[in-house]
Amino acid sequence: MELTLGDYLLVSGLLFAIGFAGVLLRRNIIIIFMCLEMMLNAANLSLVAFSRFRVVDGLPNYNGQMLVFFIITVAAAEVAVGLAVIVALYRLRGTTHVEDISSLKF
Amino acid sequence: MAPLFFWFFSALMLGFAVAVVFNRNPVASALSLVVSFVGLAALFILLDAYFLGAIQVLVYAGAVMVLFLFIIMLLDLKAEERRKLNLGVIVGGVIVGSAFVAQLLAVIEQVPFANQPFPPLPNRLEDVQNVGHLLFSGYNLPFQVVGVLLLVATIGVVILSKRELK
Repeated sequence: MELTLGDYLLVSGLLFAIGFAGVLLRRNIIIIFMCLEMMLNAANLSLVAFSRFRVVDGLPNYNGQMLVFFIITVAAAEVAVGLAVIVALYRLRGTTHVEDISSLKF
Repeated sequence: MAPLFFWFFSALMLGFAVAVVFNRNPVASALSLVVSFVGLAALFILLDAYFLGAIQVLVYAGAVMVLFLFIIMLLDLKAEERRKLNLGVIVGGVIVGSAFVAQLLAVIEQVPFANQPFPPLPNRLEDVQNVGHLLFSGYNLPFQVVGVLLLVATIGVVILSKRELK
C-alpha cells in the first residue's frame, strides 16, 4: 500500500487537533504555549506534504518549504518573546496559572 | 519500507503529543514535546525535505525546547501538580477536539488528489542547494526582513527581562 497525500493531511490534522484540545484543556500558560507550537508544526507538516506532492520538472515545489522555513524562524522569535513575557508575568504575580490572572475580567 | 516508517513516526509523534497534554508535570510535558518534534522531523525527511528536517531538530527540538525547559526550571512550577482538574473543561475540550477531527475527516475526502500516491523524484535530489538558491534569489527580501525580526526579538527579550521596567 502506497502512502497518499491524504495520509499526511490526516496526521497533520490530528496533531493540530491535539494541540487545539491542549490549549482548551490546560490551565498552565507554559503548557498552552507548547500546544500552540504543536499547532504551528501541524501546519508545517501539511505544507511540506503539499510541496512534495506538487512535483514540477522532477523537483518538489520549494515555495511551500520556504514558507515552512519562515514559519520556523518567526516561531523561534515568538517563543523567545512569549517566554520573556511569561517570566515578567511570574515576577509580577507569582503564578503561571491562567485562572489566577483575571485583571481584565469584568 | 516508507509506509512502515511513516506509520511508526506518526504514531510516535501523536502519542507523545497526547502525553504533552495529559502530563501533570511541566518538565515531562516539555520532554514529550521534544520527542514529538523529532518524530515530525522524521516525517519531513520521509517527504524528501532533508533541510527542513535538520532545521526542525536543530531549532525546535534543540533551541526552542531547551528555552522552554530553562524557563520551567527557572519558575519552579511544581505547585501546579496539586491543582484539581475541572471536569467541565475536560469534557468541553475533548468535545471540541473530536468535532474538529470529525470535520477534518469530512474535508479530506473532498481534497482533490487526496487518494493519489506521491509522484516519484529523481534519485539524487540536491535539496539544500535548491532551498539555498531559492532563499537567496526569490525570497531574498523576506529573508532579510526575518533577520531584522530576529534582531528586534532579541532586543525586546533583553528589555523585557530587565528587573525594573521603566
